[in-house]
Amino acid sequence: MAEIWLDAMQILSSTLRLATPLILCAMAGMFSERAGVVDIGLEGKLLMGAFAAGAVAFYTGSPWLGLFAAILAGVAMGLLHGFATITHRGDQIVSGVAINILASGFTIVIGIALFAQGGQTPALTRDERFLPIHLPFADTIGQVPFLGPFYETLLSGHNILVYAALLSVPLAAFVLFATSFGLRLRAAGEAPEAVDSAGYSVTFLRYRAVIIAGVLCGIAGAYLSIAHGGGFVREMSAGKGYIALAALIFGKWRPVPTLLACLLFGALESSASRLSDVDLPLIGEIPVDIILIAPYVLTVILLAGFFGRAIPPRALGIPYVKDR
Amino acid sequence: MLPGWVSLGLIPVLNLLMAFAVAGVVVALIGENPWRALVVMIDGAFVYPGSLGYTLYYTTNFIFTGLAVSVAFHARLFNIGGEGQAALGGLGAALVCLALDPYLPGLMVIPLAIAGAALFGAAWAFLPGLLQATRGSHVVITTIMFNFIAAGLLVTLLTGPLIRPGQSTPQTRDIAPGATLPKIHEIFRALGVDMASSPLNVSIVFALIACVGVWVLVWRTPFGYRLRTLGESEPAARYAGVKVPSMVIITMCVSGALAGLMAINDVLGAHDKLFLNFTAGYGFTGIAVALMGRSHPIGIVLASLLFGALYQGGAELSFEFRSIDRDMVLVIQGLIILFSGALAYMLEAPLTRLFARQRRPAHG
Repeated sequence: MAEIWLDAMQILSSTLRLATPLILCAMAGMFSERAGVVDIGLEGKLLMGAFAAGAVAFYTGSPWLGLFAAILAGVAMGLLHGFATITHRGDQIVSGVAINILASGFTIVIGIALFAQGGQTPALTRDERFLPIHLPFADTIGQVPFLGPFYETLLSGHNILVYAALLSVPLAAFVLFATSFGLRLRAAGEAPEAVDSAGYSVTFLRYRAVIIAGVLCGIAGAYLSIAHGGGFVREMSAGKGYIALAALIFGKWRPVPTLLACLLFGALESSASRLSDVDLPLIGEIPVDIILIAPYVLTVILLAGFFGRAIPPRALGIPYVKDR
Repeated sequence: MLPGWVSLGLIPVLNLLMAFAVAGVVVALIGENPWRALVVMIDGAFVYPGSLGYTLYYTTNFIFTGLAVSVAFHARLFNIGGEGQAALGGLGAALVCLALDPYLPGLMVIPLAIAGAALFGAAWAFLPGLLQATRGSHVVITTIMFNFIAAGLLVTLLTGPLIRPGQSTPQTRDIAPGATLPKIHEIFRALGVDMASSPLNVSIVFALIACVGVWVLVWRTPFGYRLRTLGESEPAARYAGVKVPSMVIITMCVSGALAGLMAINDVLGAHDKLFLNFTAGYGFTGIAVALMGRSHPIGIVLASLLFGALYQGGAELSFEFRSIDRDMVLVIQGLIILFSGALAYMLEAPLTRLFARQRRPAHG
């Protein structure tokens, strides 16, 4: 029994680690999309963030400067998205596609030019990364049955960005649903003309939304390359930005359901590697690839309205034109 | 209003120049000479023996995926699923060949395989279309999801049931020689004209036929009229009696079929087998092609030629330069989508003002 419990804690712990970039990116998407700006560029911002963090951490030896660079890179891409879609009222999806392709090419081209290692950054040392934090008394409490593994394996032993991701959810919920800024931001995504007539600038609100999204994607990128991983690898975002987008839709653009969706998708990913080559009773062997595509299938089914309805913000994707 | 030559000629060229200028700055920042990089790319795309064949081979892929995106654009649908639809098209073509080539003569297998590619591509776009038309889920998100599902499906099939027995590379067995599309250099050599080898095959003829087909469909048929009406204004189309849901579904199917046809170039023409990741991002390039080509077949052929040259010339970059890789092409592609797509209106306003100012004195 105690062994199963320990196993469960380990699975949950790896789920949490795999869900961390999803949570941060999904919260990023929530700010952007709640303000009315479609964000399929999550993937590209995540990748740019990961590259900036890996490169700067390598040059400076400081993970904190790496994190800062990742945030700057995420914000820069966010501002580009804003410039195209808010200032010039360009198509938000086209702009997102452009950002994803740009990030994909840019990180490899600059990576090869700087490090000549086929698009990777050199492997980072322990000092250049965010390392797992052991909560106080983890070893001692670890001996206690049940509570011990829960504390030692699940709560303790993650790097700081995992805790930051978990913190980002209540923070996002608070900002979006309990502050007047959040109210206006959501209004910019539901009824921008009302925001305008109340005397607030839709443009400025939406710009702030894409900047916040850039910050969160940057942190997620730093997590990939200098916390979870030990260096940047080309295409290391590997579709996580899109899964986060799926989680955001799956969570119906609400913080807690989105968090749960991220954890569900993280659990699927962590179980995929565990279930490979395992013969399950009745079902037999499940191919890993089938488990890995489950998030996308589930999102399609949800979008089709077969379990609950996912209703996007009303003005999502529509550039705001001020009437004169 | 801008004169036609400005909006159809000047603005696309200016957008392209801006994209290349920014890409040039990136090359300069890396510490290489952008001008030399451009020369290397042009040489690599057109001058070296056989390079033109490679360029046109890539062009073929982009014509198909560009047409696919453009047909959907005309109905104001954004099909980002070209990648997945092309992958499924490859599956359709390969399944037909693998099942029939031991029994039927090649000349009967080829048309069936081409139909298989179109059908599977259409089927993969049908579901997103159906879900948008009947359940209101947005085609953009569903097609993105379908790209990933298609990728997972192909991995499963190519590492499992479809893999060539006795090997570990995720690819099918070779298609029987008679059931593949002839290469252009083989045709020319048979006629006694010497020509360097390249993967260019008769798929390019099918691509050009598809261009004419799309032009006729969109601009010369009642269906095309309804399609463009829907793209101009959905309420107007509805008021005019256009059955919007079925239009959405059919348009997505046509778009998916075109993307699926891209697969014949690789599966039936160049490689004679289905292998993993043969779509290599061509489906996404189709978005850039359709945007640059202003969703018109002639524009799409020109834009496809440009991207074909970029892909082939870009491959040359990695041989000539130590620090530039062919992924530079992705940067250029992203910039082109940015400037001619997302920032499409940036130049319009200042140019409109400029031309309005010029005209005023003429009218006194």
